[in-house]
Amino acid sequence: MFSPRLRGGVHPPGHKELSNASPIRRFPMAERLYLPLQQHLGAPATPIVKVGERVRKGQLVASSQGTVSAPVHAPTSGVVRALAEHTAPHPSGLPVLAITLEPDGREEWDPSLAPVSDPLALPPEELCLRIGSAGIVGLGGATFPAAVKLGSSLKRGVDTLILNGGECEPYLTCDDRLMREEPGNIIRGALLMQHAVQARRVIVGIEDNKPQALAAIRKAAEGQGVEVRSVPSRYPMGSQKQLVQLLTGIELPAMSRAADSGVLMHNVATARAVYQALCQGRPLISRVVTLSGQALTHQGNWEVPLGTPASYLINYASGFDCAPARLIMGGPMMGIQLPDLNVPVIKGTSGILALTRKEINTDEPGPCVRCAGCVRACPMGLQPLEMAANIRNGDFEKARSLGLDDCVGCGACSYICPASLPLVHLFNYAKGELASRQREARKMEKTRALAQRREERLVRQAREREELMAARRAAAARKAAGEESPS
Amino acid sequence: MNQPIHGPHAHSSAQLGALMLQVMLALAPATLYSFWLYGWPAFNLWLLCLVLALFWEALFLALFHKPVGAHLKDGSATVTAWIMALCLPPWAPWWLAVVGTFLAIAIIKQIFGGLGQNVFNPAMAARVMLLIAFPVEMTTWIAPEAVAISPPDITSGLAITFQGLSALPDGYSGATLLDAVKNQSAQGDPVSATLSHLDYRPTDAIIGLRGGSLGESTSALLLLGGLYLLWRRVITWQAPLGLLLGAAVPAAGLSLAAPESYPGGVFHLLAGGLMLAAFFIVTDPVTAPITARGRFVFGLGCGLLTWLIRTFGNYPEGVAFAVMLMNSTVPLIDRYIKPRIYGRTRKGDPLPITEGRTS
Repeated sequence: MFSPRLRGGVHPPGHKELSNASPIRRFPMAERLYLPLQQHLGAPATPIVKVGERVRKGQLVASSQGTVSAPVHAPTSGVVRALAEHTAPHPSGLPVLAITLEPDGREEWDPSLAPVSDPLALPPEELCLRIGSAGIVGLGGATFPAAVKLGSSLKRGVDTLILNGGECEPYLTCDDRLMREEPGNIIRGALLMQHAVQARRVIVGIEDNKPQALAAIRKAAEGQGVEVRSVPSRYPMGSQKQLVQLLTGIELPAMSRAADSGVLMHNVATARAVYQALCQGRPLISRVVTLSGQALTHQGNWEVPLGTPASYLINYASGFDCAPARLIMGGPMMGIQLPDLNVPVIKGTSGILALTRKEINTDEPGPCVRCAGCVRACPMGLQPLEMAANIRNGDFEKARSLGLDDCVGCGACSYICPASLPLVHLFNYAKGELASRQREARKMEKTRALAQRREERLVRQAREREELMAARRAAAARKAAGEESPS
Repeated sequence: MNQPIHGPHAHSSAQLGALMLQVMLALAPATLYSFWLYGWPAFNLWLLCLVLALFWEALFLALFHKPVGAHLKDGSATVTAWIMALCLPPWAPWWLAVVGTFLAIAIIKQIFGGLGQNVFNPAMAARVMLLIAFPVEMTTWIAPEAVAISPPDITSGLAITFQGLSALPDGYSGATLLDAVKNQSAQGDPVSATLSHLDYRPTDAIIGLRGGSLGESTSALLLLGGLYLLWRRVITWQAPLGLLLGAAVPAAGLSLAAPESYPGGVFHLLAGGLMLAAFFIVTDPVTAPITARGRFVFGLGCGLLTWLIRTFGNYPEGVAFAVMLMNSTVPLIDRYIKPRIYGRTRKGDPLPITEGRTS
């Protein structure tokens, strides 16, 4: 089989053994759930429930808004207590609008939710619609609404559906456990998605550091027409561009979408959510979360209702061994630092890590010695040290000409840098700066165009007035002449 | 609340200080062997270089208001001084160490902006300046056999180091191989005659029984150190291979065409500072290109220039000049030799979109 050589990448210690040994446990209901209206990329959902209203489990509480958005459902039955701001799961710790739900403990399902008896008999468009209305987003962490991706892929026509079981981030084992415990559901979900986009083939890619998951998925995929492939364990193997290239040999062209090359990629957990939505009538109301890090007493994986506060999760499931040096949502490579533990678990929460001082980098940045470790580590073939030097000098355009737009932000460069330079940090800063400059430029352009139109309008009006006056004068003159002529 | 911190939160264990320690470890066998070959004056010189380099480094860091402690600990000045010492004649006087380390650390490194900012390899540039400024002291070589017969004790070792050439006993000095071949060829003697007259065997160069700079003696131990660094992934193989090929291939070619006028590839590889340069000098990341292919081209250029200078230039040895010249081409190499970006052509345009109907 053709296996293109992958460029770059790093091998961070996996720390998977902390949490991958025990099965996924079902997390009990917290006293209060906080459901942010924005748990996905795109426009926030619009709440459709009122404070004091009773909702059932799985009931729609906020509907999607605009083309790229996803609805939110009630993780359990209970009463809506507030529609107010709550700390966002974001480093800024700024508040976002969230629905506060007080569970009543009865777990009454919304009776309108019903599984589809034979989803594969439905037309693909209908499947996409149902996946969208179940609130499913990319569960690998990107949280892009799944239905939007499926819908555009269906229109565009894709050849290959890739299921991402890479889970290349250290510590995280939620996908690993899910693949071991529910391989059948994942494969069924994959087949549903294949039908939804009318793909010709399905490939599951799993890193070779998860042999049990690989074996389980292989067994479940037997006779289903799904290809299961082991891929080398290397960060960032779970990145779309890298995994697509390794599995299909296709190098996705810059500035294009995967669908343009006939490829669609989804996470294994997303496939399972699709299965649950269509075959069990269960919208996305919970997800598997890895609880790990040396600062915790008990690491493991939990199926957590969305909206559960992280503090509640840790208190119940583990407790701290020592004061954590850093709290992270997601993996240690691309995850975000949590301001505190008040934040709720959302659709994109693949893990909550409490890391000790030893597990994080606290070194002060030193001088770059051009060791080029970052050049070797970059999976995109960029030259991080050159880009960083230009950004430091404020020359963002030069950094862009060196390939800033192609940076996927994986952080392999920062990870490997012996001087602990904040490389990916600088790139994200420069990207933000360039984007805001572009917005500024567009605004200026708009203002200029408006001003020009006004100028033209004024000139035109003056000319029209002039012509009108001239016409009147002419008419008056004619009239005068006409009055004179008979005489 | 604290300032939010952006990922990655994990970090590799790679640290500059640790890398420098590996380099020192790799240099140690060849250095210890040289001490054994050349006795106390060689050790004195090495120690002087290290102490003085740290002194200049601390002084200039303080002058530029940089944190002295943190930078001294990174080990870069120590490595520079160590390599500098290995490039000096083994019994060089104390003031050569003073001037040499001042040039390397203060002028070439700190004034250019400190660690990571220097254009030229500090040890090589300092050696070139010393060679031009003090041609006699910089070419007073010691014959290892003479040292073996009557090694100087500590006292006379100190005298040699601190009183300079006047204290140098008669009968110790000797020419390097490259010197001899160059001088005899200039007089029209065939290479084979010169080599047989010197009783040359390639194994001599390997075990270090030929006069030369402190660190040039034992190609075998330098190679060992280099292989260790390759194994520990402290250095990459491109620049060393480029250097060795760049020197050996043209030498072998010309030697085949005119064996009596030009010595061959193996001779060049084992003579002078080529092995030291291959694994410890062209692999200096600061003054080398950043891409793998760029490093190969850089090494190739260094090797070729070394051979050209040795063969057609005025100096018998050309490693330092070659490295300095190639250092100045590094920005050019980095500009033109770049990795291809994923999803783009070499020119930087997006790849054409192809339907993925592979099977």
